[in-house]
Amino acid sequence: MSALVETDVVIIGGGIVGASAALFLRRRGMEVALIERDYCGSRSSGVNFGGVRRQGRPLIQLPLAQRAHAIWNDLPGHIGIDGELVRSGHLKLARSDEDMRSLERYEAETRGFDMGLELLGEDDIRRRYPWVGKSAVGASLCPADGHANPRLISPAFAVAAKRLGAHVYEQTPVVRVEDAGDDFLVTAGDGLRFRAPWLLNCAGAWAAGLALQYGEPVPMRAGHPAMLVTEPLPVFMTCSTGVEGGGIYARQVARGNCVIGGGQGFALDDRRARVDQQAVVTLLRQATTLFPSLHGAHVIRTWSGTEGYLPDRQPVIGFSRMRRGLVHGFGFAGGGFQIGPAVGDVLAELVCEGASRTPIEPFSIQRFQHVAA
Amino acid sequence: MNSTHVVIVGAGPAGVRAAETLVRKGVAPVLIDEGMRAGGQIYRQQPQGFSRPAKALYGFEASKANAIHVCAEDLASQIDYRPKTLVWNANADTLDLLCDDRFEQLGYDRLIVATGATDRVLPVPGWTLPGVYTLGAAQIALKFQGCAIGDPVVFAGTGPLLYLVAYQYAKAGAKVTAVLDEAGFSDQCRALPGLLRQPSTLAKGLYYRAWLLANGVRVEQGASLVRIDGEKRVASVAWQQGGVEHSLPCSAVGFSYALRSETQLADLLGCEFVWSPLNRAWLPRRDASGRSSLEHVYLAGDGAGIMGADAAEMAGERAALAVLQDMGIAVDGARAEKLERGLAQIERFRDGLEHAFPFPEGWAAKADDALMLCRCEEIRVGQLRDVVRAGAVDINRAKALCRVGMGRCQGRMCGAAAMEIIACESGLTIDSVGRLRGQAPIKPLPFAVGPDA
Repeated sequence: MSALVETDVVIIGGGIVGASAALFLRRRGMEVALIERDYCGSRSSGVNFGGVRRQGRPLIQLPLAQRAHAIWNDLPGHIGIDGELVRSGHLKLARSDEDMRSLERYEAETRGFDMGLELLGEDDIRRRYPWVGKSAVGASLCPADGHANPRLISPAFAVAAKRLGAHVYEQTPVVRVEDAGDDFLVTAGDGLRFRAPWLLNCAGAWAAGLALQYGEPVPMRAGHPAMLVTEPLPVFMTCSTGVEGGGIYARQVARGNCVIGGGQGFALDDRRARVDQQAVVTLLRQATTLFPSLHGAHVIRTWSGTEGYLPDRQPVIGFSRMRRGLVHGFGFAGGGFQIGPAVGDVLAELVCEGASRTPIEPFSIQRFQHVAA
Repeated sequence: MNSTHVVIVGAGPAGVRAAETLVRKGVAPVLIDEGMRAGGQIYRQQPQGFSRPAKALYGFEASKANAIHVCAEDLASQIDYRPKTLVWNANADTLDLLCDDRFEQLGYDRLIVATGATDRVLPVPGWTLPGVYTLGAAQIALKFQGCAIGDPVVFAGTGPLLYLVAYQYAKAGAKVTAVLDEAGFSDQCRALPGLLRQPSTLAKGLYYRAWLLANGVRVEQGASLVRIDGEKRVASVAWQQGGVEHSLPCSAVGFSYALRSETQLADLLGCEFVWSPLNRAWLPRRDASGRSSLEHVYLAGDGAGIMGADAAEMAGERAALAVLQDMGIAVDGARAEKLERGLAQIERFRDGLEHAFPFPEGWAAKADDALMLCRCEEIRVGQLRDVVRAGAVDINRAKALCRVGMGRCQGRMCGAAAMEIIACESGLTIDSVGRLRGQAPIKPLPFAVGPDA
């Protein structure tokens, strides 16, 4: 006889979105089973760059990002640890006048979102951030953005949910999802079965299968951000840093290691990804140009992850249009860490209140309804 | 010449013999080595221009060392020999190389991995003090640079290297105050039947110890290293023997607990790993011929299980014969069988050695919470125990949560000890706490890089 767990909500995927949904559902008094194939927060949620950044997000994401900002401001209150969160400021560099104009436009468009963006000229950069290379001609600073340690924070959301009474099943792959009347019947490894009226699809890069099963195909592809970290260096990089147009981003942790990302790795298989030599060489070159102090330092580790990308690089968040009780939250295109906790909160709100107080219409799965099954 | 690209990684006894075997059949391999000169760690050559005689550097092994060096020298003009080159990453058909701060890529059709071994370290309080070395590092200082790690020196730990290094130091004129052998006399008696399979090797071991005793070096058996003391560098060493603590002043300590295979390249290649109780480690699976779980990858020497230099020579030759066989080139089958028999015999001897120099299984239980475990990331035993108690009983999960093994050495130094702590704290067997996943680069890469080829 296999065990049957009857609960209010089954969440598939223990990344930062699924785990924070579990946490916020418990806060709202719902019974929750969180099912994770590996360890919670060990995939993209745990191995991403660790940027806690609103600056640079498209306008449609900013309400969510602001909601997340409030959660991040009370991180220990939510998950019991600070997760090495540093409000270092996020410095977005322009390497051409055209890029600078683009930063200026962004600043003008986002004034209503209370990010307090500050535009800096070349002299300001030289004076305030002498560690930035000569290729930067200007920048935009978001003082309250920062960075944190995803390895600690994403698992901690699951631990916090568990502490509040969520049932967390790690190393438990979902084998099958079926209907049982209005309920979902989820069969997982070790003969475990779950029955619930609500099912949250938070399976990240692996979420498209479940959406397809319910008649909602999405054109999601896997991407593999390339990342590397240096040995500990004297602290010089006082902001989390990116560049307009993308391509490279960097932060330095209190211990002195610089985490640098940019470009793409490649998939070893469905679950594992790695960085190849070309990506490493490109990153090393770009990083030394942008941050000359890195010259002579050593890279001690490279890695990548498996992340879901939709063509418009926006996530899918919201109710299924095909199956009552199914709610999606996936496809964060490498930008899910900062907004993840807010998305979890929104998913909990959708389940409990039937609507989100933060606008999420742009992220409806309906935008892909023309895609053939 | 055949157009198949055969690449050998490592120019120690296994790699050199593999290259020689291939060349004899008209296959010119690429031989890549991190070292400046061929010979590996065991037969490491002194820099060009140094002139100490082989006998002084290698003792009983002088003729074997010499043979490998001569062989490598003869081969150099017939193969693509690339010293000072690091293989830092590997994919299904390509190796990523770093040579003189330049990145290169090298394709291969068949690959012999002969990456050798380093010391197995189990931390003791004070092990990060200046003046503390592994036995292998102490030996390198002597063989390569002709200098001692200190004066006077104490050697401790376990493994055949213990007496050899002490002997080499004393012979070279360094003051060796004591040899502290973790293994007791009774362990060595029990091991005798296995050791007798290699009487000459056994005789050498006995000779080193007898020589040390005859030359006034204090040799203590069943002596467990307790701590290394000193303010800014090593000042003394303390050990326990029969429940009593002893100590001796010294300026340097060499210690380690036998050897561990360098398996990161095999791991990045995707070789299947199996647990080896004898090595107390996960090792890439290889059959008697050296074939791995991957069709085009072959494993030879200590990099796939510790068997020593003689076995490495045989395994290198055998793996090269396997490469030739798989390329459809006829080889001497009797020779291949003889090599396999010889390797099997050494394996049985290895069993005996493991009894003579048993792994100190009680280490993890005794380790204090404050003991520095991972020196790169400065993680103490207690920090690892905390995450284990919180449920992280898998070494990779524990690494993610407390950074053990995440630093410069990528767990090459602390990984074995971390596994012991996890197993001890969780009550799991050592083989069920998982295997530390390899991540490129195998060794650190500099930011100062020239154009790639």
